[in-house]
Order: sequence, then structure tokens, then C-alpha cells
Amino acid sequence: MKTLLLHRFAKPLAFVLALLPFAWMLLAASTHQLGANPAQALSRATGDWTLRFLCLVLAVTPLRVITGTAALARFRRMLGLFVYFYAVLHLMSYAWFDMGFDLMAISKDIPKRPFILVGFSTFVLLTALALTSFNRAIKTLGSKRWQLLHKLIYVVAGLAILHFFWMRAGKNNFAEVYVYGSVLGLLLAWRLGSGRK
Amino acid sequence: MLIKTSRNGFFHAVSSEITPQHVYAGRRDLIKLLASGVAGVALASMAERQALAQTAVLTPRPGKLAALASVKSTVAGARTVEKVTDYKDASSYNNFYEFGTDKSEPERNAHTLKTRPWAITIEGLVKKPATFALEDLLKLSAQEERVYRLRCVEGWSMVIPWVGYSLSALIKKVEPLGAAKYVEFVTLADPKTMPYVSSHVLDWPYVEGLRMDEAMHPLTLLSFGMYGEVLPNQNGAPVRLVVPWKYGFKSAKSLVKIRFTEQPPATAWSKAAWREYGFFSNVNPNVDHPRWSQASERRIGEDGLFTRKRKTLLFNGYEAQVGQLYAGMDLKKFF
Repeated sequence: MKTLLLHRFAKPLAFVLALLPFAWMLLAASTHQLGANPAQALSRATGDWTLRFLCLVLAVTPLRVITGTAALARFRRMLGLFVYFYAVLHLMSYAWFDMGFDLMAISKDIPKRPFILVGFSTFVLLTALALTSFNRAIKTLGSKRWQLLHKLIYVVAGLAILHFFWMRAGKNNFAEVYVYGSVLGLLLAWRLGSGRK
Repeated sequence: MLIKTSRNGFFHAVSSEITPQHVYAGRRDLIKLLASGVAGVALASMAERQALAQTAVLTPRPGKLAALASVKSTVAGARTVEKVTDYKDASSYNNFYEFGTDKSEPERNAHTLKTRPWAITIEGLVKKPATFALEDLLKLSAQEERVYRLRCVEGWSMVIPWVGYSLSALIKKVEPLGAAKYVEFVTLADPKTMPYVSSHVLDWPYVEGLRMDEAMHPLTLLSFGMYGEVLPNQNGAPVRLVVPWKYGFKSAKSLVKIRFTEQPPATAWSKAAWREYGFFSNVNPNVDHPRWSQASERRIGEDGLFTRKRKTLLFNGYEAQVGQLYAGMDLKKFF
């Protein structure tokens, strides 16, 4: 297992795998496989994959500690950046498909709707984390401050679930919200538990 | 008043209903063109497509279900000339929560719905309460084809050729009492055939309601079919309501009971989220849903991913026909 994770093709392979959902979206969109409302299908898919990668990246540390597989840490940054990648696509599908890139309308829409405001704030926080994800940023900030800043990922997780919950609230349809919420909750709870030791 | 508006009794056709003169003058040429087999060229422009809609008899059948014969409706506003949505989209992208909350689920799950035998019970404040078997309902009045815009509260729209007749025909038969101010529509909630009726997504059965004058409006349709055929299960078979100037969820599917009441009925969505879904729920671009704008909409199957969404019209474009029902009402308060 360890040698597999340390193999020089392990990272490129993970990179390609992480791009598969995006490739599927492109293929489905260009071959009319997205159903009657492709814009909505893409908004949903990009949002879903943002949440899934958020679960994945937050699972890295618990898995590493529990299984004692230090090599897993190599994938954390890449997975984090894929959270951002799908979040960018998610924001773009709102701005482009829903709002026709009308910046005036977008800037009026964001503060007006709590659920969009929360989504947008989550994106701003993720931007800060993505911009400080490279080695030089860690050096410049100092590892303590950098770690403190990147604790924001927990805030991101909470806001992302709130955004998803609000989006579904009008329709009383929370099954998926509970699934993602409990996965993220479990991952955060593990951290609280292990921190106390 | 020099300026005539619908407020002082001037009802004008909306611009989309007026056939341009050159099209009108040229419709015989178009028929000749069609007959000579060069229709493809003729269909290229919007104007001629409109002319085709004016001259064509009825929407062609997709050939999926039993035919339901009808005549062209003569009710004002009942036949929009916009491009009709593909049958595939209209029958595979549905909100019918009894069969699932994802819009692809009703098509997959609704095959369990048993549409025969079927009856609608009429009760409440009426002189002649009765239960009508579906067979009798089908024959109660002449079946008409009506091409309506359908605007979903979620911000998308379709154009659907329904088959049915004005609900008023049925209402007149049962003779509502003077005290009847509202009409409640109760739909089927059968946990054996509807998988989500055991879920808590909504308070079942799904109930909708109209004010008496809305229910009596000629555009309010009791529908038994679409695209010249009986309704697919996922679209609310065997009989449903269609109220084209209101958001789609007002048009209750698979009706089993119609009750005449003095008080406004508690409708399913206003019970679930009263801040978001009002009793009237008229299509209105100026009254936003709390979580999204209602100013524009995406026409399913027509507007591409990158096309700007089209502007939503007040009362879904039926202002000329229904505007007077709401004269003097604050539509922001009574949303």
C-alpha cells in the first residue's frame, strides 16, 4: 500500500481521477446527456463534487493517523485544490447559466439571498486557502500562522453544508444534506476527539 | 381616460398572439409550400413558424399512449403560437413528489400508478355533491386542445399542448352554493403505489386551492391529456388541473376530490414553507422567491446553456385574460 502511494505515478493518477467528473460533465453536456435542464444539472453536479472533494480532503488526516499511512499526506494539497476547482466551476455555473454574467445583477443578487451569500462567502474563504497553498506561502506566513489560516477549512465545511441545507430547505428534501452533513460532522468530531488526547 | 389599460376594461391581445400582416397575407403560400414539400425552407423563419401554428390543426401525437381526440380551443389566450416543448422533455422532467423528489424520478417510478378505475368526488358547499367516474368526466364537455405556457416556480418553463376542458363546465354541473368562496383540490396519496407518500417531504395528500373566480375562469383547465394523447402517469394521469398563469405547483395532479369551501384551503406548499409559497402563487417577475429571482426563466429545450434567460411575464403572459381578477390587489402582499 505504502509503496503504491509513493509510486511516482500515484500523484498523476490521482490527478487524472479527480478530473474524471469534470470530463464526464463536458462529455455529457456536448452529447445532450444532461436531461431537459442542462444548466441546472451542471450547477447541481459541480456543487455535489465540491462537497465530495471536501469530504475527501478532510478524510486524509484521520485516515493517515488511524491507518498509520504517512504517505497519504502527499495527496492532501492536490485534493484541496480540487475542492477549489469544483467550487470555481460551481460559481461559474451560477454566474453564467443563471445570471448570464451580468455582474450588476450578480452583485445585487448575492447580498439579497442568504443561501447565495453563504455560498459566495464559502468561495471567498476557499480562495484564500487556494492562494496560500504553495510552499512559498507557508514559508512567508510561517507554519503556525499558515496552519491557523488553513483551519478555515472547518468553517468552509460548515458553511458549505448550511448553503446546501438552505438550497433544499424550501423543498423539505434533506436526505442528501444529512448524508454530507454526517460525513463532515464525523470527520470534524474525530479531530475534536483526537485533539483532546 | 385617454390611456386605455386592462384596469379600465381595455383588453388587448398580447403581441405574441397577433399574426404579422405579411404572415397572415402569405399563409396560403405557406400551405402551398408545405404541400409541395419544401416546408423545410419555409420553416426557417420565426414568422412562418407562427403562421404554421395558426394554420396547423393540432399538435402531432408522439405515439406513446392512447389517443385523446380534441378540437382546437376557441378560449381567448388558449393557444399560444410559441414552439411546443418536446414530448420527451415534458414527460421526463417532472415535479411529482409522490414519485420522487428528483425530476427524473416520476418518469421512472410512476408506472405503478393505477389510473383505472378512477373517480373524482365533489363535496362541500354545493347543491349537488356527486362522485364522477372518469368515463363520465371525459364526456362531460368537449375535449379541447390548449397550448399553454407552463412556468415552474424554480425558474424554468415549457409550452405544452394540453387536452381537456374548462373546469367551469364541471363546477356549473354541481351548482356551488353562495357561501362557496374557494375550491380545494385533493390529489391521490396512495402509499402502496406512490413510494414517497411515506416520506415527510410534504404533508400528504397534496392539496391545492383556487379562489372561486379563478376556478371559474375559462383558462383554468381540467386536463385529461397532452400532445393528443392521454396524460402520462408522471404528468398527473388520469386527470389534473392546469392553471397557466400560476406557478406549476398550483396545477395539482391525479385529482380525486374537489371540495367547495368558505375559507381558503391550506395548500401543501404553503403548509411546508408559507414564507416561500403563497396561496395565490401567480407568476410575477416583480415578486422574488426568497431564494432566487423570478424575473427570468429558462425555456426547456430551447434556451441553450449560454443563452440569456428570457424575461418572465406578469401572470405568465396571460395578463390580458386574468389581470382583472386581481385588480386593486397588492400582489407583493398576496403572493
